[in-house]
Amino acid sequence: MTPPPKNKKAAKTPTVEQQIRRRTLSSFSVFFFSLTIGGLLFYKLYNQPQSADNVQPVLRKGLNANERIFSRLFSQKRNARSFKKKDAVAHVRVNGGVGMDGTLDTATWRLRIARKPGDTLQLTLSELMALPKTEVVFDFKCVEGWSQVTWWGGVRFSDFMAKYGLTPQMAARYVGMETPDGDYYVGNDMPSMLQPQTLLCYEMNGKPLPQDQGAPLRLIIPVKYGIKHLKRIGVIFFSSERPKDYWAEQGYDYYAGL
Amino acid sequence: MKKRIVKKHPLAIRWFHWINFPVLTIMIWSGLLIYWANDIYRLGWGDTTVIKFFPKSFNDALHIPFHLSTGMAFHFFFMWFFFLNGLLYVLYTIFSGEWKYLLPNRHSFKEAWLVVLHDLHIRKTAPPQDKYNAAQRIAYTSIVVMGMGSVITGVAIYKPIQFQWLCTLCGGYEAARIEHFILTLGYAVFFLVHIVQVMIAGWNNFQAMVTGFEVEKYNEPETIPEPQPDTIETPKA
Repeated sequence: MTPPPKNKKAAKTPTVEQQIRRRTLSSFSVFFFSLTIGGLLFYKLYNQPQSADNVQPVLRKGLNANERIFSRLFSQKRNARSFKKKDAVAHVRVNGGVGMDGTLDTATWRLRIARKPGDTLQLTLSELMALPKTEVVFDFKCVEGWSQVTWWGGVRFSDFMAKYGLTPQMAARYVGMETPDGDYYVGNDMPSMLQPQTLLCYEMNGKPLPQDQGAPLRLIIPVKYGIKHLKRIGVIFFSSERPKDYWAEQGYDYYAGL
Repeated sequence: MKKRIVKKHPLAIRWFHWINFPVLTIMIWSGLLIYWANDIYRLGWGDTTVIKFFPKSFNDALHIPFHLSTGMAFHFFFMWFFFLNGLLYVLYTIFSGEWKYLLPNRHSFKEAWLVVLHDLHIRKTAPPQDKYNAAQRIAYTSIVVMGMGSVITGVAIYKPIQFQWLCTLCGGYEAARIEHFILTLGYAVFFLVHIVQVMIAGWNNFQAMVTGFEVEKYNEPETIPEPQPDTIETPKA
């Protein structure tokens, strides 16, 4: 409690009434001024013209800053929690068909790996299946907010890289992937690609990958949201710059790491 | 009757309060934009739904549908302001000693009932209090705990693999999402009660959250006795 004001001292001392008025006025001025500034800043941010990647540039900077923070915390040793095969759902949700027009003939399909400009390695599915198989049963998470325990099989991306002598390419910051028709495309950072649960996947629930899940080969990258798990891989390439990314262009976070 | 100025809210607390209010509003709004993409929660049993979160009319009125990416961009931008403001507030209350007025003590839980009964005009007198009454102490401490809960469940949903221990602590990914959602409903309830209480308590109480002081009226004896706790009518809110 404040001691009672000693306003008998000098004539110049403002009366309590004056003090109340003065302090109320100044406090509310600051209050409304700050409120206006805050409101204007938000209005400006909300109405900031969106860049080509469909988000306000300031918010894109925010997403990228978050990436810098959380990619530093990322560890390849931290696995997505493993589940038992019997916990995997029988009906796996199909949530996207961009780049998936028509049926793809596995016999004529080739995985094209652009090792260097003008140097493309072509592989058949059986060549990939000859590599050691790895299976993951994990909680697949969609950016929309749902998740499903699903079971996938394929070759570990890191095993594939090692087996095909792509160690120099591991120094690249990013791995880009595209569907054969080029309609869907993703970019993933190398540390996430080399995480031991990341698969070039050709099996689901112990059976060959269905067409609508990206046969003959799709990406399974448990440390990312579903938007990064490209179905029906046509091309793989390496880059020091961010490869173009379908959903990042629609205003989503490029990193999308979990 | 004479008036005097009685200090109530420190400047820092007023800033924390008025920054938190719009920031939390933005977090809830952007959260709604995100939740919409998988809006599965409801209150009910079997096929009977009492309340769907959220009805179409609610979503349409707030322009919620089809703004998932906008929601995420805003949510993951303003989360830092929510977190830092909350953290600084907690640190401030600890180091300034304000926690003594805010934390419930061993009488608070019993007294809070008496406060509620008094507020509902069932009981004539309210128990003696300091800056905040027992119900306020519980409410204002709960809201901080809820804020921490939102941060913890939020991180668990945001980075469920890098912070798997947090996700496990929350009971898993889907549980964390539900908890995050329920906490948000909690803020809505808190807000409604808070607004009603502030309106009932009146202008003098409200303006103190801006100016920092309350105007106290007192009778004028030559020597003013040191006010006794049980003779001061401190408005609630």
